[in-house]
Amino acid sequence: MPFDVYLNVAVGGLLTGLVYGLMALGLSVIFGVVRVVNFAHGEMMTVAMYIAIVLFSALHLDPLIMLVPISVVLFCFGYALQAGVINPFITRPEHSQFLLLVAIAIIIINVLLIIFGPDAQSVQTSYSYDSFQVGKLIVDATKLYAAAAALAVAVALYGFFQFTAIGTAIRACADNYTGALVVGLDVKHLYALTFGLGSACVGAAGVMLVLIVDVTPSLGPAYTLLAFVIVITGGLGSMPGALLGGVLIGLTEAMAGLIFTPSAKSMFAFAILVLVLLFRPQGIMGKKAA
Amino acid sequence: MKRKSPSKSLSKGASVSRRVFTAGLGAVGFTAGIAPFNIVRAQGAALKVGVLLPRSGFQAGIGQDCQRGVDIAAGLLKDMGLPNLQIMNADTETNVDVARSRAEKLIGEGAQVLVGAFDSGQSSAIAQVAEQKGIPYVINIAAAPPITEQGYKFVFRNFPTGGMILGGAFAAQKEIFASVGAAPKTAVFLHVNDTFGTSMAGGIGAVMPKFDMPYKIVETISYDPAARDLSVEISKAKATGADALLMVSRLNDAILLTREMVKQRWSPMAIMSMGPGWYEDQYLKTLGKLSDGPLSFVPWYDPNKPLSKTLEAALAKSSPGVSLNTNHVYTFEALLIAADAYKRAGSADPKALADAIRATNITNNVSPGPGIQFDAKGQNDKLKISGIQNRGGKLLTVAPKEAANAKAEWPLTPYDKRA
Repeated sequence: MPFDVYLNVAVGGLLTGLVYGLMALGLSVIFGVVRVVNFAHGEMMTVAMYIAIVLFSALHLDPLIMLVPISVVLFCFGYALQAGVINPFITRPEHSQFLLLVAIAIIIINVLLIIFGPDAQSVQTSYSYDSFQVGKLIVDATKLYAAAAALAVAVALYGFFQFTAIGTAIRACADNYTGALVVGLDVKHLYALTFGLGSACVGAAGVMLVLIVDVTPSLGPAYTLLAFVIVITGGLGSMPGALLGGVLIGLTEAMAGLIFTPSAKSMFAFAILVLVLLFRPQGIMGKKAA
Repeated sequence: MKRKSPSKSLSKGASVSRRVFTAGLGAVGFTAGIAPFNIVRAQGAALKVGVLLPRSGFQAGIGQDCQRGVDIAAGLLKDMGLPNLQIMNADTETNVDVARSRAEKLIGEGAQVLVGAFDSGQSSAIAQVAEQKGIPYVINIAAAPPITEQGYKFVFRNFPTGGMILGGAFAAQKEIFASVGAAPKTAVFLHVNDTFGTSMAGGIGAVMPKFDMPYKIVETISYDPAARDLSVEISKAKATGADALLMVSRLNDAILLTREMVKQRWSPMAIMSMGPGWYEDQYLKTLGKLSDGPLSFVPWYDPNKPLSKTLEAALAKSSPGVSLNTNHVYTFEALLIAADAYKRAGSADPKALADAIRATNITNNVSPGPGIQFDAKGQNDKLKISGIQNRGGKLLTVAPKEAANAKAEWPLTPYDKRA
């Protein structure tokens, strides 16, 4: 097979992996601070995708332009969910949290099914079918835009956590819950803020993914699973780890599909997960538990 | 206590009085008088038909499309003088295990016939339940050959097997090549790796040599039915340099594959599909002009049959903007078979219904071929495969000649040359 085929597939896998990474970043941020595993992660992303579709079909608003507004909507949704529903479960056993979030996921899927029906829906922008050709390299325009936006959002999030007072306070909550309470931080508010930020991340990822994949209400669980694979591979709670995990899984799926068989793509992604769990259980960039 | 022997009692009262005779005559007359009402009541009672479809999960769109065939059936069957059906809907959730449990539940709730379930894996599971419980099961759509090779007595399929589809598809392709005076020399075969796709892929190797096709398959690529991104598959197919793309897919993947072909700037000479997806309404609506050109070789309908026109009109009324397709036709015909058998059996007894279905001979039907009859295995082996082509948002039948209403356009207009 010519080298340019490998190059094209690798670039495609890298770009898709960056968007996957952003989606997983939201999950990682929520777990890293609130210590709640969001089993409704993929479903929340589906909500963002449907908002993008509705705005596009009703008002012809380009998803990339609506990236920030939709992320804000998801932020509010996440904030309200954490403050109103999840917060009482923070001190309860993990299986209670698990059941709560699975229930939320099921409710989201069925509400979407009632509103939008089971048919796949998509956004057809003016650049939906565009691609850039550089020599023998053909780059999918939508994937390129989505990956660039994913990188920008990830950098902005990193900057927020590193260089703002609220970001520092959230990191303090993550490092030492009791200590944060002792110094007078409003931990409940900060938890809700973090859940909101994680939701905004997955909302942004959804808006970008809607350019690449068709949406159905049942899309969520597959992406929740994918986010888990990425986050565990990259390191639960690690922001750079989530991005790295996304790129690694995106690239692995693409290259495995090309070299072996496309139907075995997921198998290779899970093989990476198994290897990481065997040889580096904390994930590639995760910290070992003290 | 000592009982009287009945024979003794009879012998004692052997002499029949005029009063006893008159009463007996009256009783006979009364019984004879109400007998027609009993018959009427038996025929008037609706047959309980459990319709199993994937109404949610990744096949939900197709399941809902099949439901349109169910929705229009009641009025049409009534017009045809057939008995009423009481439809009991069930959702298989695109899951084999759920399909099995829903079939059991429907039978428990009194379903007298089962119909469904679009997918071969789900239909196989339902067939096992139906056979075990002794309830007739009419498959609407499912092509995996083993379903009717198990020696089942209660399972019937009015849909071609994978082998029949392939054989019919190759015959129709040769007919088209002859009519346009051109043919591809090489093809790359892409197939979804679910039960249907895998059985079709297995069948190609066995059936294709018998047809002496002008092209050879240079590579076979399988992919996951729930795949979200098919760019790698198209990169791989494009790299083979094949003239034509041979497909066995579903709806969502057909859309994804077309998009990828456009983005990766690959336009084969022809796209020849032997499964769903490429002719479905959503494919046409989503892709607009980019949907034009693919040839689908599928169990379709004969546009020239009178009942096809009636079905088209009924669908246009109940679901405006939806074109008649395989899902509607074969789901409707499954219900037609059940109603026809119930009428002839005059009873909802499962054995009588199964016997009546086995003896089916419906010539006023929709699917191409001489009509609906079943062989000893419960398979309608007379069905024909049609070649259809998307043109300007419409589906035209281009093969076989006897059921065609247009000539094929060849080759595929390159995607970058379309407005």
